[in-house]
Amino acid sequence: MLRASVREVSAALKEGHVTPTELCQQCLSLIKSTKFLNAYVTVAEETALKQAEESEKRHRRGYISPYNATVVQKLLDQGAVLLGKTNLDEFAMGSGSTDGIFGPVRNPWSYSRQYKGKSVPKSHSEDEESNWVITGGSSGGSAAAVSSFTCFAALGSDTGGSTRNPAAHCGVVGLKPTYGLISRHGLIPLVNSMDVPGILTRCVDDAAIVLGSLAGHDPKDSTTIQDNFKPFELPNLTDVSKLSIGIPKEYHAPGLSSEILALWSKAADLFKNAGAKVIEVSLPHTCYSIVCYHVLCTAEVASNMARFDGLEYGHRSDMNKSTESLYAATRREGFNDVVRGRILSGNFFLLKQNYENYFIKAQKVRRLIANDFVKVFRSGVDILLTPTTLSDAVPYMEFIKEDNRTRSAQDDILTQAANMAGLPAINVPTALSKRGLPVGLQFIGRSFQEKQLLTVAKWFEKQVKFPMIQLEEVKRHDRNVFQYQKSASFS
Amino acid sequence: QKVTVEVLDHLERLALVDFRDAEGVERLQKAIQFADQLHEVNTDGVEPMDSVLEDRCLYLREDDVTEGNCTKELLKNAREKVEEYFVAPPGNIPLPKLEERETFLQGS
Repeated sequence: MLRASVREVSAALKEGHVTPTELCQQCLSLIKSTKFLNAYVTVAEETALKQAEESEKRHRRGYISPYNATVVQKLLDQGAVLLGKTNLDEFAMGSGSTDGIFGPVRNPWSYSRQYKGKSVPKSHSEDEESNWVITGGSSGGSAAAVSSFTCFAALGSDTGGSTRNPAAHCGVVGLKPTYGLISRHGLIPLVNSMDVPGILTRCVDDAAIVLGSLAGHDPKDSTTIQDNFKPFELPNLTDVSKLSIGIPKEYHAPGLSSEILALWSKAADLFKNAGAKVIEVSLPHTCYSIVCYHVLCTAEVASNMARFDGLEYGHRSDMNKSTESLYAATRREGFNDVVRGRILSGNFFLLKQNYENYFIKAQKVRRLIANDFVKVFRSGVDILLTPTTLSDAVPYMEFIKEDNRTRSAQDDILTQAANMAGLPAINVPTALSKRGLPVGLQFIGRSFQEKQLLTVAKWFEKQVKFPMIQLEEVKRHDRNVFQYQKSASFS
Repeated sequence: QKVTVEVLDHLERLALVDFRDAEGVERLQKAIQFADQLHEVNTDGVEPMDSVLEDRCLYLREDDVTEGNCTKELLKNAREKVEEYFVAPPGNIPLPKLEERETFLQGS
């Protein structure tokens, strides 16, 4: 290697045959053994290794996207400054943002005065560090970024609740737009028939602004509708008497914490007392939404993940006996347990002998779920009000005790059906739990009626006055912390 | 009913990912059990739903070339290439049979 030309070694570095650190160490080693030549007066060993490390970081960036997703490009075209890419569960599979190669994301509220004030240290020696709670997922990094004031808005994805779930746990607004409103071009597909880009912001007005710059037909995504989209400003609703709010009884799901149940009830009363019509409705197939999702998701995943074979991009194994064995080894090395598990399950459901009984069956159940919503909206209900999550954020140590699939199945229960039916839904931070952590409530609207959905969400947001997170780091950063939000909160 | 080794082997070949260990196989068993709940639902006379946008016409654009010429960018991400080709090991060689593969399923 040391005898190679600059061009050759450069190619070797690019292709990963040798790392900058290895190369540097080889050189340093040879320098040591040829000391008798007296060629060097100083050997800057430490500096050289440090620089090699920097170089390695640059090389390790690995995949360089050859194009921007439409949603990213739209933001850039409008002059937005992109601060970076955020962490998530691998391939958006998960509800904790704990299963990614970069490690788990920590909920900023773990470090808030509100949470720390409420947590009882179990012992003197207990590491405060081990108490931190998850962000929820899969778009946990984005939610944490917005929640901790490091950015004004973030993009996520939502296939089963991946934007709304972390939004609820991190106390931010999480919007899942109607399927077909925002382009998926550039969004790595998980479930083509359910994925949407998600929007995370600190208030509903901001979500409307971001939506305004992202929505609309994209010739590069044929699943975006062709209707003309007009960005809108949200009116300040004062009269809710013409509204009909539906409370789906099946969303009182097993495992729903009594705290959230109470908050949900209080929210319903809030609308009632303001003059809106609040009625109990039924979405009878809600309990099957998770099972249905499980089959359709794994089936689509089995197909979508087939593109990761190591030939054109991404990790590539050194195995070179045959194409098949290269693919197998690459995928064996590159995918984590969760992803592999879903691929295998999906392939099972797609086997000839299972196709009718599982995949087609799930597609039929999907229609039943979607029809439930159609019936309810047709009966005069404008917006549905439900909880977003079953409880507030759990500590990481507790979360990892259960496996990913079980967790996802539990946590997606309240958010998944909206993806099944393609409807717009939004999480609005509502109040703090007994543990000092955010709890949000969800509004589900009619297809492509984002304006109405966000208008109602904004009214609700104004009523509940969700408290601002009190983070020490941010306080030091910005003396001008908004004081006006310290008024009495909803809980 | 348990999934047979034949089916597990078949799945590993189709998916080109491995079960890795007993937990992986157990994961599939649990997934099937979970999915079986679907059979509780009466779907007589119900059509399968492919897309929530089924009532709309799929957009088709004009068959005109609007972009391309990005060979360099696309090749950047490939590890092995020669000139403008992606390089793959020989094809048409089937994955080794269960007995000859390095897989957890061996000896099951």
